[in-house]
Amino acid sequence: MTDTATVTPPQANAEQPAALAVDRLWKVFGPKADKIIGSPDADLPRHEMLKETGCVAAVKDISFEVAAGEVFVVMGLSGSGKSTLVRCLTRLIEPTAGTVTINGTDVVGASESTLRDLRRNHVAMVFQHFGLLPHRQVIDNVAYGLEIRGVGKAERRKRAAEIVDLVGLEGNEHSYPDQLSGGMQQRVGLARALAGDPALLLFDEPFSALDPLIRRDMQNEVIRLQEDLQKTMVFITHDLQEALKLGDRILIMRDGEVVQIGTPAEVVASPADDYVRDFVSDVPRSHVLTLRYVMRDPRPDDSSEGLVMSSDTIVRQAARAALASDHVVRVVDDGKLVGIVDDDAILRIVVAEESVRA
Amino acid sequence: MSSVATRSARTLDTGLVATLRSRWRLVSLLAVIVIWVLVWTFTRGDSTLAIQASDRTDIHGWFLRLTTSIEEANNVVTAALAALADAMDATLLFFQHLFTVPEFPRPLPQVGWLGALALASLATYAVAGWRPVLIVAASFLLFGMLGYYPDAMDLLIVTSVAVAVALLLGIPIGIWMGHSKVVSAIVTPILDVMQTMPSFVYLLPFSILFGIGPAVAALVTLVYAMPPAVRVTAYAIRAVSSTTIEATDSLGQSRWQRLRNVELPMAKRTIIVGVNQTTMAALSMATIAAYVDGPGLGQPVLEGLRRGQLGKAFVAGLAIVIMAIMLDRTTTAASIRAETAARSGRDRGRQRWVVLGVGAAVAAVAVYLSNGYSWANEFPAGLDIGTWIQLRVDDFSGWLRADFSSVTTSIQERFTLSFLNPVQDLIAGSPWFVAGAAICAIAWIAGGNRALGAAVICLTGLYFLDLWNNAMITLTAVLVATVVVMLLGIVVGVWMGRSKNVDRAVRPFLDAAQTLPPFVYLIPVLVLFGANRFTAMVAGVIYAAPVAIKLIADGVRGVSATTVEAAEAAGTSRLQMIWKVQLPMARGALLLAANQGLLYVLSMVVIGGMVGAGALGFDIVYGFRQSEFAGKGLAAGVSIVLIGIMLDRITTYSARRSSSAAPAGARAKNTTRKRFPLLSSSS
Amino acid sequence: MRVTRSRAVLAVVAVSSVLAVSACGGGDIKNETAAGGEDCGTINMAINPWVGYEASAHVVGYIAESKLGCTVDYKDLDEQVSWQGFAEDEVDVVIENWGHPELQKKYFKSPGGDGSAMSAGPNGNEGIIGWYVPPWMVEKYPDILDWKNLNKYADLFKTPESGDKGTLFDGDPGFVTNDEALVKNLDLNYKVVFAGSENALIEGFRNAEENKTPMLGYFYAPQWFLSEVPLEKVELPKYTEGCDADPEKVACDYPVYTLDKIVATDFAESGSPGYDLVKNFQWTNDDQNEVAKMIAEDQMDPDDAAQKWVEENPDKVNAWLGQ
Ligand SMILES: Nc1ncnc2c1ncn2[C@@H]1O[C@H](COP(=O)(O)OP(=O)(O)OP(=O)(O)O)[C@@H](O)[C@H]1O
Ligand SMILES: [Mg+2]
Repeated sequence: MTDTATVTPPQANAEQPAALAVDRLWKVFGPKADKIIGSPDADLPRHEMLKETGCVAAVKDISFEVAAGEVFVVMGLSGSGKSTLVRCLTRLIEPTAGTVTINGTDVVGASESTLRDLRRNHVAMVFQHFGLLPHRQVIDNVAYGLEIRGVGKAERRKRAAEIVDLVGLEGNEHSYPDQLSGGMQQRVGLARALAGDPALLLFDEPFSALDPLIRRDMQNEVIRLQEDLQKTMVFITHDLQEALKLGDRILIMRDGEVVQIGTPAEVVASPADDYVRDFVSDVPRSHVLTLRYVMRDPRPDDSSEGLVMSSDTIVRQAARAALASDHVVRVVDDGKLVGIVDDDAILRIVVAEESVRA
Repeated sequence: MSSVATRSARTLDTGLVATLRSRWRLVSLLAVIVIWVLVWTFTRGDSTLAIQASDRTDIHGWFLRLTTSIEEANNVVTAALAALADAMDATLLFFQHLFTVPEFPRPLPQVGWLGALALASLATYAVAGWRPVLIVAASFLLFGMLGYYPDAMDLLIVTSVAVAVALLLGIPIGIWMGHSKVVSAIVTPILDVMQTMPSFVYLLPFSILFGIGPAVAALVTLVYAMPPAVRVTAYAIRAVSSTTIEATDSLGQSRWQRLRNVELPMAKRTIIVGVNQTTMAALSMATIAAYVDGPGLGQPVLEGLRRGQLGKAFVAGLAIVIMAIMLDRTTTAASIRAETAARSGRDRGRQRWVVLGVGAAVAAVAVYLSNGYSWANEFPAGLDIGTWIQLRVDDFSGWLRADFSSVTTSIQERFTLSFLNPVQDLIAGSPWFVAGAAICAIAWIAGGNRALGAAVICLTGLYFLDLWNNAMITLTAVLVATVVVMLLGIVVGVWMGRSKNVDRAVRPFLDAAQTLPPFVYLIPVLVLFGANRFTAMVAGVIYAAPVAIKLIADGVRGVSATTVEAAEAAGTSRLQMIWKVQLPMARGALLLAANQGLLYVLSMVVIGGMVGAGALGFDIVYGFRQSEFAGKGLAAGVSIVLIGIMLDRITTYSARRSSSAAPAGARAKNTTRKRFPLLSSSS
Repeated sequence: MRVTRSRAVLAVVAVSSVLAVSACGGGDIKNETAAGGEDCGTINMAINPWVGYEASAHVVGYIAESKLGCTVDYKDLDEQVSWQGFAEDEVDVVIENWGHPELQKKYFKSPGGDGSAMSAGPNGNEGIIGWYVPPWMVEKYPDILDWKNLNKYADLFKTPESGDKGTLFDGDPGFVTNDEALVKNLDLNYKVVFAGSENALIEGFRNAEENKTPMLGYFYAPQWFLSEVPLEKVELPKYTEGCDADPEKVACDYPVYTLDKIVATDFAESGSPGYDLVKNFQWTNDDQNEVAKMIAEDQMDPDDAAQKWVEENPDKVNAWLGQ
């Protein structure tokens, strides 16, 4: 029971090169877009910039790194520039300035053929509105990426069939997209992205168009695939629940700028500003916060009996055992006692939530 | 609280401004006309820039030298065009020798009617499925029974070759246009000119440039038939879902792969609609092409016209209508099949191949028979029904002349004196600067700055072409005819829009009126009304009314059923329903109908010139028949293009301004459905 | 469904194989041999767009085909284009030419053209252009045929097209007209209205005669319509050589045109018997009107009409054939 919920978020570190590195990335839409950067106009708020220059800075000086195997979520309100950002990563939209490095390849400076090679073999993307080919059967939609790489028909169909099974669409290989439900169509979109076996997957609000139940299924699907396949993912959403559920780390954007980058617990426990606070105010904190955020420093008089948990244990998962036990919970990391959680601390989180709900 | 208050105040305000503005437009339009009439009473007849039919000015001389230099030019372009013409001539002659023209020493062509019928049916089955085969077979038999089998085949050959070349050139250009705004901005006005420039203007230069032969007919047809293919292709490419493009781009496809695997398949169905429009446009050139010896059904129509034989012209015209129906249904069916065919299972596919194989065998036998046996080669004369129809129609025209023409003549006189003449007096009888200023003012009030810009440019052009007065006379006729077209359109269109049965009964006549060559009904109209502007207007109205009626009927039907229901629940009477609900809500369709009505009427100006309308139409015909006047004819052609662009822009911009409520659907539907989208689709 | 379809397929196969077998006998279409046996070749005959022309062309064409064994290719072409055809070897014969000095200048050798065309002499027809009225008017207003009286009758000819003046209908744009200048220089209270086509004029005159309505219009002979309704020509001031030199100042009648035949120089020099026929061909306005009437009014096929006339007029035909 004790250590089940331990998650160690893979952090980008110096030894292992980042799967994706974004440095000072800009995208400005509008006339003379490249003249804006570096000028005083660049610092104007969005509507003023639009008035002064007719330009919109959809992505404004954004930098971050994503480690291999990490699920990196970008979230923000509509219009905050998420789609633009993710499209700049493979130059579906040309960035105005900055660099993007994928697996050591400089994307922004890449030639057309390098870029094409990158898109064919290393990165794949899933879109909100699916973007399937209506005139092709599911299997050929999935195989399309292989087809344009020049893989032979038998070979690519075989591979596509495997992926179709993997995403749970067996039996629908020969359907046409318009014969499928939205959720199934997005599975095709997912399968298409997976078919090329890319190391990096980009998702642009893939599940926003789906109803809540199916959305949850699909989220679980992603989690399952992530466990099986260990891909690096950049996941765009405007749904905080989804961000918290999937993300190892979350980047919060507003008007093209980074507001905060952190783990779900960091974001919930210490929002960078009111914008983020507003965002996370509805979140059931017990679902997100780990013991690290509720523990107090150990005191000499603390009992040395009772449960031992790691500081990464999520409060809700710790709650029942903790409340049932007569003792406080001792938070131990690497064999060292780092803090104490008593029933009060747990109740504060859980009950506060209940009253907010009510 | 206060913000709510200001907001509601603001909406109130904008509401007021909106009503004021709509009133303001009406009031100021009236004011312009009143002022115009006042000024006109004092200046009437001054500086009207009228010139006589036999007058020519420097600019006309310049145009004449221009055409001569083009005709005599010897450069890469002309060489390429000449090569194209030669290739087309060879292709056309090849097919003619196969199907229509006996090659000595054979007394009959290689493949006769039975073989052609079988081949056509097979081809139709391959591209369009079962049902259209019946239409094709019936049409072929009717061509024979009407007595025009060889002419019909000739027309089919010329039309097919022209359409093939139009698609071969037009689809790539359309794709390019769909991808590039710059190309689109350059090509669109060229297409506008190709569609509005009267063909009589380039008939003569073409036959001089490309020599005498069927290719000239095909090329003349090509000029007019290609724009729809280009426009619709560009539209189809642009309409391909950008998400799909993005999604497949993200997989690393090359540009060519994108075109081949994504854009073309997704645009296919719309492009086939473009094929349909191109085909119909090509067919509508049949009679014009006959002026330069274009083989086909246009020749008997012209012969009938020349000899005053209505019956002959009518029967040949009927064959053209049948061909139009045949081609329309076949291409429409092909576009639907393009969708379903890919989906039908493997079994169906195999079965189809079996049928095709058997069909091919049957066709081979039929071709063999028609090659060897005269009964299968020459259409049996015993089945003739054409002569009978011809005689009835001739009787009918005799009856019209004897019993009817005095009544109709007095109608014509009354209308001309009380309506046409006063309007023409005002427009063409004002000094040029007065009329020009008034038109600019109207354009500005109706369509804003952009319409004003178009009007200024076009009127300046007209001024410098030295045909101002004729242009104003033509403009008058076009405007008056369009008013009549709109009245007809509203009456019949509303009637059709409100009743499915009426629609079903009337629509075939509209289809026929649209495809019947105007030269055919020119004869009875002449019999009834004599040679004058009124007759030309009637011809224009007959040609343009079907389009307007259909658009308005569709618009009225498009008014949402719930709105009608709600209005009915509120106790609206039938007239109130029409005036207060259906017509206002179909406003977009009405404006589109006006736009199309104007352009269709305008496209009849030259034919009007042949029945007494004079003015620009006559200048063009004159230029075609008298080489010294070719320059003036060209200037008149350019004038017509300018008038067309001006009217199109004014109506388009005023439509855009006056209603955001205009159902975009009505517009899109029209531009992709019937016949040719004229200028309006460019915007 | 499927069963019926495959049965249908079987049936079709059966029927077609029967047909195929029956067809194996060959056929009844046999190659032709040239009728005359002489080496005539092909004559490219332009057909200009009026019926009288068609009559002449088909009579010559019919004789060439039936008596000389030529192949005749008729090409529906306008005058301008026909002349252009000489240069391109597409046209051999224009059987009825109305003057056209500007075209002669371009294509004849002598006035400095390219020499691709030449005259083959007059065809016997006389082109008479002028102003005509329907016969009933002459009966009722006998003095109307003098131009000096036209102003007196201007009211009769008033139409909405001409305001308070009389209407003078001008027609076929293929003919040069001086009518606007004539009206002005003769001080006539008329306005020229362009009917725009021969057809429009014919329908007008037909109506005028039938319903006894007034009409004054430009017309010409030879023209088949004159044998249906014998229009009467108004006398204008007499034509004198050069009186029409300045188109602005014309105040006299149109000249009588001697219609001639134009041939391609190559054709003339080819030694084809067809050329001799064309050169010898000459007939009267009445002859032409007779054939044209058969074509236009009796709706006969031009070749049938030609055949009929040829059979009824062997003397003339033999003369053309040099027999
Ligand atoms: N092609 C474009 N031209 C001009 N402005 C654009 C363009 N695309 C996006 N923008 C602007 O850039 C900003 C960011 O847009 P973006 O689509 O990236 O937002 P988003 O965060 O994805 O929003 P949503 O959640 O609605 O998808 C918006 O203000 C938008 O108006
Ligand atoms: Mg987005």
